[in-house]
Amino acid sequence: MRIGVFVCHCGTNIGGTVDSHQVAETAKTFPHVVYATDYLYTCSEPGQQEIQEAIKENDLDAVVVAACSPRMHENTFRRTLERAGLNRYMFEMANIREHCSWIGEDKEANTRKAIELVRMAVAKVANNIHLFPSFFDVNKRVLVIGAGVAGMQAALDCADGGLDVVLVEKKSSIGGRMAQLDKTFPTVDCSICILGPKMVDVGQHDKIKLYTYSEIEDIAGYVGNYTVKIKRKATYVDWDKCTGCGLCMEKCPSKEAFDYHNEGVTPTTAINISFPQAIPKKARIDPEYCRYFTKGKCGVCAKVCPVKAIDYEMQDEIVTEEVGAIIVATGYGLMNIEELGEYGAGRYPDVITGIQYERLLNASGPTQGHILRPSDGEEPKRVVFIACAGSRDASLDRPYCSNFCCMYIAKQAILTRDHIPDSEVYIFYMDIRAPGKGYEEFVRRAQEEYGVQYIRGRVSRLYPKGKRMIVKGADTLLGTQIEIEADLVVLATGMQPNTSDNPVPTQVSYDDYGFIAASSGKPGIHGAGCARVPTNVSECVQDGTAAALKAIQSIARR
Amino acid sequence: MKRDQYAYFPGCTQEGTAIEYELSSRKVAEALGIGLVEVEDWSCCGSTPAHTVDRLLYGALAARNLAIAEKMGLATIVTGCPSCLVAFKSALEMAQDDETRKELHELVDIPFEGNIEAKSLLQVVYEDVGVDALTEKVKKPLTSLRLAPYYGCILTRPPQRAQFDDPENPISMDRILTALGADVPDFPFKTECCGAAFGVPKRDVVLKLSAKILHMAREVGADAIVVACPLCHQNLDLRQGQINAHEGTRFDLPILYITQLIGLALGFSPTEMGLDKHLVDVDKLLRKWEGEPKT
Repeated sequence: MRIGVFVCHCGTNIGGTVDSHQVAETAKTFPHVVYATDYLYTCSEPGQQEIQEAIKENDLDAVVVAACSPRMHENTFRRTLERAGLNRYMFEMANIREHCSWIGEDKEANTRKAIELVRMAVAKVANNIHLFPSFFDVNKRVLVIGAGVAGMQAALDCADGGLDVVLVEKKSSIGGRMAQLDKTFPTVDCSICILGPKMVDVGQHDKIKLYTYSEIEDIAGYVGNYTVKIKRKATYVDWDKCTGCGLCMEKCPSKEAFDYHNEGVTPTTAINISFPQAIPKKARIDPEYCRYFTKGKCGVCAKVCPVKAIDYEMQDEIVTEEVGAIIVATGYGLMNIEELGEYGAGRYPDVITGIQYERLLNASGPTQGHILRPSDGEEPKRVVFIACAGSRDASLDRPYCSNFCCMYIAKQAILTRDHIPDSEVYIFYMDIRAPGKGYEEFVRRAQEEYGVQYIRGRVSRLYPKGKRMIVKGADTLLGTQIEIEADLVVLATGMQPNTSDNPVPTQVSYDDYGFIAASSGKPGIHGAGCARVPTNVSECVQDGTAAALKAIQSIARR
Repeated sequence: MKRDQYAYFPGCTQEGTAIEYELSSRKVAEALGIGLVEVEDWSCCGSTPAHTVDRLLYGALAARNLAIAEKMGLATIVTGCPSCLVAFKSALEMAQDDETRKELHELVDIPFEGNIEAKSLLQVVYEDVGVDALTEKVKKPLTSLRLAPYYGCILTRPPQRAQFDDPENPISMDRILTALGADVPDFPFKTECCGAAFGVPKRDVVLKLSAKILHMAREVGADAIVVACPLCHQNLDLRQGQINAHEGTRFDLPILYITQLIGLALGFSPTEMGLDKHLVDVDKLLRKWEGEPKT
């Protein structure tokens, strides 16, 4: 066995705290080592060239590179070996950067450790044998989990690229968060008008197999060959028969069911179609509220349904799908308002969340687009927004920025002034984060054109006074305390990935807060949209496309 | 270690301005099966003066009492005063560091492990006895009384140290008072500052801040404010006359300790609960409770 050792300086990354030259010199004394050298940047093109030349000149059988983590450059150097005619598995990496130079300050001790790491890598590679890849068929289908705007975009891009797509959505309709939004920023376009056609495309695409009201039970296998178990939850309505006429909703006597689409601002019927543009436009029974399930008798919907679609005996069903790659676009949820004791912990009806306000603004929302406050249905004349309510707050284990709040608050403030011209709007903020195209201008428009009053400071407490809420906070630009009597308070509550509570049922890496890590740790599984990073609608679309490309890449090979 | 027995640290106020807190605490504890064993030869907890001057001195003053309690073989030290509680919790936090614990040990000259738990009496009633068990023992429910629970600043804060209830919206006293049969309004100022120890150097600050709390209590229609802190009580009750003089108000709002109300509901007499020790008269409140015609 003739082994060559190449010790990298990585500039000062390694060279600063490890004597790379001494490591190489010592390596020359190890068994089987016939050549050893050090180099400033081993991964650079001349660095790799030097390895290739050394292999040929010294007739090397195996190579050790002492440099960074194998996660960084193992593949790089395996390809170098292949180019020099060696088997790519006659290679080992000694990690003398992350595991050595970066974590210790004592150069002498680091050098000793680096020498030991190289000694171990040499011993390992001396026992390596030639390995050859085997070939297997790759399933060219893609599973997309979550049919929000990121997931839909990923599904459409994969399908338009010629791949079969299985799209799974836990709600009864596709559309996700964007379907709940009234307008988008910074264009103040109608959200559903942009999303609706995309939803129709998804629903009608002959390469997209859609499972709504379904959840992933299990994922087994590996890239190219995943087996996925999908639970189709019982809707108690035969969707092959249901025409979406809505007669059942009109007649349903149970009218206190939680309305997820309207964020509980008002209740809905136990059997319902979640919103007018729903796809598929099919009814579903919420057994928690349905009188047939809670009291054992009713059956009104079964009587009035013109196509006899109601099936109270329906059971959950497990189906299995085979796919090659998976895109996780499971989106985000909002923190529970009960975490915010200083803002009333949910006990004040006129303190609501941004997404609830979005529903109040929406023409198909619970108030037909009239801003009416929950407590007494009156039009608020003074609305106060509180940014970063639970975001950027380490005490709530949410030190990150939720990304989209600054912009949607500016949008909602503008819309408030539009809807109620004689209203006053205040925004308490920490910083205004508006780095997107046209975003800064949009915020300035809110301030200058719409007279929205931005107050830099935090709100310490909300409490009721008569029919109004007192907003008590600080104005840190004026250096004074401030109290505002508000008719309605809107909290920009912090976002969190849905994967923080409901991780994907397979080994995927997450960060501390449940976002899917940049490298999911599982080849062929890619995160997209807010499952990966807090992000807004337009970036979700781009991220969906990016994830589609990654999925195509991971199954386009053999 | 005995689980139903607690080392009891009264603290300085319990022997003076808050004697009624002490009286009611002991009687209520006995009735609820909370065994209080007074810390032998207890001394100052460290309180405000020490911790503003010398952190190690602050730790040592508290550690002396903790060390004695540890020697008594009890797992938990309990006190009615949030300021004493914070002193104990701070000293226990300091003792986590081996070096500091050694220094504290040297200063107090009694073995100090720092593994005793410190709780407020309120926490013991709320968590160890529990609202359900308390409800069963109620003999004379506080029906007809509207009571505003006021927690003050440090009973639940900072949350990492207090480890009790919600720091911004505490509910332990709310739930206890409800269990006693009282009508408990949502009291928005339950954790606002009363002015605390500023009563000596900057009295007008205390008068202003405490007045806000009294205003809010009146706003929510409370018959009385309920506290679990001798200093809160001092500012709201003892200084209520000063507040009226300073702010031009005419507050006449009784300020009661939570233990006094638990005691009344358990069947103790107002005198047994030291209700005659307050500056703001409680007669009207008692008449309302006992259902006598309003005058």
